[in-house]
Amino acid sequence: MDKDRKEGIRGMANPGRYGIERVAYWLMRITGLGLLFYFIGHIYETSSLLDGKAAWNSMLELTQTTEGHIFLTLVIGMCVFHTGNGIRLMIAQSGFGLGKPRRPDYPYTPSSLNMKNKLCIYVTIGLAALAMMYGLGVMYDV
Amino acid sequence: MTKGGLLPKGFERPTVLASPSDSGVQEKYEEVKSSSKTIVLRISKFNPEKDQRTTFLEFTVPYQRWTTVLDAILEVKNNYDHSIGVRYSCRQATCGSCGMIINGKPKLACFTKISELDSDVVTVEPMNNFPVIRDLAVGFERMISTHKRIKPYIIREDSEISSGTKEFLQTPEDVEKYIQFASCIKCGLCNSACPTMATDSTFIGPQGLAQAYRYIADNRDQGKDERLKIIDERHGIWGCHFAGSCSQVCPKGVDPAMGIQMLRGYLLGYRK
Repeated sequence: MDKDRKEGIRGMANPGRYGIERVAYWLMRITGLGLLFYFIGHIYETSSLLDGKAAWNSMLELTQTTEGHIFLTLVIGMCVFHTGNGIRLMIAQSGFGLGKPRRPDYPYTPSSLNMKNKLCIYVTIGLAALAMMYGLGVMYDV
Repeated sequence: MTKGGLLPKGFERPTVLASPSDSGVQEKYEEVKSSSKTIVLRISKFNPEKDQRTTFLEFTVPYQRWTTVLDAILEVKNNYDHSIGVRYSCRQATCGSCGMIINGKPKLACFTKISELDSDVVTVEPMNNFPVIRDLAVGFERMISTHKRIKPYIIREDSEISSGTKEFLQTPEDVEKYIQFASCIKCGLCNSACPTMATDSTFIGPQGLAQAYRYIADNRDQGKDERLKIIDERHGIWGCHFAGSCSQVCPKGVDPAMGIQMLRGYLLGYRK
């Protein structure tokens, strides 16, 4: 780090210093990794079907514990956030919803980091939280 | 300016403190001096030829409402430690020399007032994602070479400097399309804030990509295909994840994130 000053993975720490867009970038990475691990775990879980009904049932029981419920709630949140933010990014990265280039006037406010984009991020986080609450409600029969 | 000159309605002429020798002015100077606050300035010290690790030197520096971080660093350099390595020139956010990490964020030292940092401790470090030359000075070789790689000039067969030709006229609307990106002062703050630059050493970076857009959006230019070919790769335009930090830290309002996404529009066929 000293000579080349490469931030590396450390650059992902403290995302709030660059605003909500960097937080969304950070969450996108974390949820992406989380979903990848879930996907691998899911393949392992469903592969237990090959070992018969008893093996499958004992695997399902794992998800009926408190830890299992917390894990599945996190999966729901990760899934909703990653999907919502992914759609926002696909639209923005195609050059839409960024505003128009204009002569910069002080104080400079970047139009690509506009309210539309910020609102989308906040709504996606909100939707993920709502989905997690709904999931908890279903799992605990509330 | 003449003393009795006319001023627009509603404006008042400010009191000018001409020189400390004027009667009463010395007192005013003393008053201002005594009312100044102090901060602890932590300066990163690292010489790649000698040191193994970065160390921080701490100095207590007085400041006023208008004191910039660069002023404070130069105060220390002039009075306490002449060996501090810092690059600066214009002191007015035009040359792009004094970019550094100030309290964790890339900023121009000459464009950042201590009073606006709202902190009793100001930590200055060299910019991230650039090799350190010494202390706060970093090497720009890689950024300049990627800047050159995207051909930062108008490409076309005819020239406005050939005899018998005229200048290429543009409407104000044509200029609006790229002028924002022409404000780049190559300070490197965007590359320093970029999370992709932090992990990918071969990424072109927001500075170079925004400059590619600047020339592609210029209707005098005919080198669009040439430039798109250069940036259309994994470590080029597709390395950007639209974290927006480059635009967040740009001191000239360039908005590289916008330029990069617009460029993608060209590559995806949404933009002609």
